[in-house]
Amino acid sequence: MAEAKEADRLPDHVDHYESSDQGDFNENEAPGDSHEKILIASDSYEDLNYDDIAVSSFGKPYSGSIIDIVRHNSCSDEKEADASSLNLINESSAESSNEDQNEGQVKDLSADKVPEDVGEGMKLEIRENEDFGPEWRQKKKHLFIFSSAGKPIYSRHGSEDKLVTIMGVMQALVSFVQVSGDNMRCIIAGDHKFIFLNRDQIVLVGVSSAGDSSTQIVLQLSYVYNQIISVLTYTSLHKIFKQRRNYDLRRLLSGAEKFIDNLVNMMDTEPGFLLGAIRCLPLDAPVREMIEQTIVLNAKVKDLVFAVMLANNQLISLVRMKKYFLSAMDLHLIINLVNASESFKTAESWTPICLPKFDSSGFLQAHISYLDENSQTCLLLLSVDREAFFTLSECKNKIQERLLKYNSLRAISDSLATTSYSIQQCGITDLRHFLYKSKSIAQYTSPELEAPYLTPADQERLFGLYHYLHHRIHSPARPLKILYYVGEQETLLGWMTQGFELYTVFGPLVTKTNAIHAINKLLRWIKKEEDQLFILNSVTF
Amino acid sequence: MSTRTTKSLEGKVVVVGSQGVGKTSVVIRYVGGMFSKAVSPTIGASFFTYKFNLGNYRVKLQVWDTAGQERFRSMAPMYYRKANAAMLVYDITSSDSFYDIKDWVKELKNNVDTPLVLCLVGNKCDLEESRAVSKDEAEEYASSINSLFYETSALKNMGVDEAFLQVAKQMVHLYETNPNSGLNTMDLYMKSESTHSDDNNTDIKLDAKTSPNNSTSGSGCGC
Repeated sequence: MAEAKEADRLPDHVDHYESSDQGDFNENEAPGDSHEKILIASDSYEDLNYDDIAVSSFGKPYSGSIIDIVRHNSCSDEKEADASSLNLINESSAESSNEDQNEGQVKDLSADKVPEDVGEGMKLEIRENEDFGPEWRQKKKHLFIFSSAGKPIYSRHGSEDKLVTIMGVMQALVSFVQVSGDNMRCIIAGDHKFIFLNRDQIVLVGVSSAGDSSTQIVLQLSYVYNQIISVLTYTSLHKIFKQRRNYDLRRLLSGAEKFIDNLVNMMDTEPGFLLGAIRCLPLDAPVREMIEQTIVLNAKVKDLVFAVMLANNQLISLVRMKKYFLSAMDLHLIINLVNASESFKTAESWTPICLPKFDSSGFLQAHISYLDENSQTCLLLLSVDREAFFTLSECKNKIQERLLKYNSLRAISDSLATTSYSIQQCGITDLRHFLYKSKSIAQYTSPELEAPYLTPADQERLFGLYHYLHHRIHSPARPLKILYYVGEQETLLGWMTQGFELYTVFGPLVTKTNAIHAINKLLRWIKKEEDQLFILNSVTF
Repeated sequence: MSTRTTKSLEGKVVVVGSQGVGKTSVVIRYVGGMFSKAVSPTIGASFFTYKFNLGNYRVKLQVWDTAGQERFRSMAPMYYRKANAAMLVYDITSSDSFYDIKDWVKELKNNVDTPLVLCLVGNKCDLEESRAVSKDEAEEYASSINSLFYETSALKNMGVDEAFLQVAKQMVHLYETNPNSGLNTMDLYMKSESTHSDDNNTDIKLDAKTSPNNSTSGSGCGC
């Protein structure tokens, strides 16, 4: 099990900043910082490169460094000088063009003949098929999954059966490059990025014209890959393809497509995936403590590894076995499972789930139930014992009883009713929205989306801005500590320290000084509210 | 409700069959008395309990509604282990789903060593116009594997109650005639059951249940 890095930090009781709301916030006093490991921030974005995801727990290592090409529609005046590494296939090959040095030129398939032919080929296929008309082509994000034998497994838009030729072409590309001992990683074609993630037996291809960076797309692909592992386990995936290379994986994934659908949709709107962090349901500390104690008291049974309580994709509490930790990525998959399944609402369920970061080789058994009549609060008890259903069912009943008795479920639904908090509550003028992630606990907080981000289009644009800010700050070639960026409709300020990442969105007219004052004030506010916004104690059975 | 003279019998029923044949709909029709158009595919298995009186017995059915998806197939033993009855559900409009039953029967016969009440259930019988599995064929098959047979419609509420009732009757019969039925372990449950009588919602439906007489549509051709 990977150990979370223990960042150096100051004790929580340093309170001297209270005196004034001016002056600099000591960046070492990250709000929501905790000595205790709550979640493993296993996939901190910096660590995400091909080597990491390919090697981490499975598969053979890939060589080469992280790719990074940047193209951003919304903020395109920025020169991407940091996009220095290769953008296409062979690190060594002369074929990889030099387009990355100046993104202005990247208006066409600039790499040499191989991708060009393919691009043509794809267009041809698309034109031939009525199902993939303009509407299909205009989708901002596509996801294709196929086996290394070229068998289609999944397509986000359109039926993968009808896309078999396109996937064939992609597979041909991948294996063509593989023959020379390299790996296909990325093709840039105009506004479109084609990102390839080639895992042992399956190839995932993300196509995006939404402006996310290549690394961000790789992150999304690895979430999807982990989702597949979560359904099948790595061991059985490996075994299946070892036995029959041309196995049609859709047989085994049938019914699980909706998890992938749901996951990619969530990734389009939910910043937690990008940040590798979980959002907690804001609750008064005593209420949360009470819930945690209830779980500890009533679910202290053998072989129970994790007890997770969720509501509306937010974490209410997490209780774990002493030796074991849950990684943020695995928790995202759990959240996705609950979010995508209506069937848990009808009855108690008992289902296998593999948590790839925890153990990619086997299943945990999950007892899943909703605790309230409105099916909002979901309790998952994850055990290694396949026979534990009735024991856990009893635990659940006791937990439910006690939570009802102490009105905790009421507190949860009250908190849910107010979705989140308003930006007004922070009391900072001109601050429109923010994301704050505490690194040590892998949790983040953000206010409700309010005007001017009420329509889906505006929210998408806001999300795009965060992607941009995130990308610039985490740019592998030139990571930034602070970025102040004046855009057309808003001003962005991002700040990354050892303890936290903060992304803020201001109105367009804010001055730099004001913005910096504002984030100092904001950090103080978050610090004040940290008990409510975050889970700071790691609770064990 | 349960007097001391009434015996308590607890039976485990596993519901199996292909994806989308309506296993969950049948179970929800029986347990919850309703039909929802928006039943989403089961993940893993859902657990339901249902209690009712049958003659001298207070029967508690533990119903495991399993997922039909291929990937859960390997999990099935976990759910049918120690089962006393299996509902083999197929869709009368899909012959594939009917043929899949044969695999299930084989698997159950090989892996369950206690006597098992089988009940073949042809669901979606309201879709007569697109029928693909004839009643005769299914009936013949049912008798060849010594199984009960019912055609049901969870949508129109046809045959579901009868099927479960017959299964329960068979289990009682099994318990009374066969000392090694696997059901005699219920003595243990009897004691524990008296301590916590949860499931109050299922009790409510009891009255409707205790007078089962209306239909003989399905031909109980079991043993």
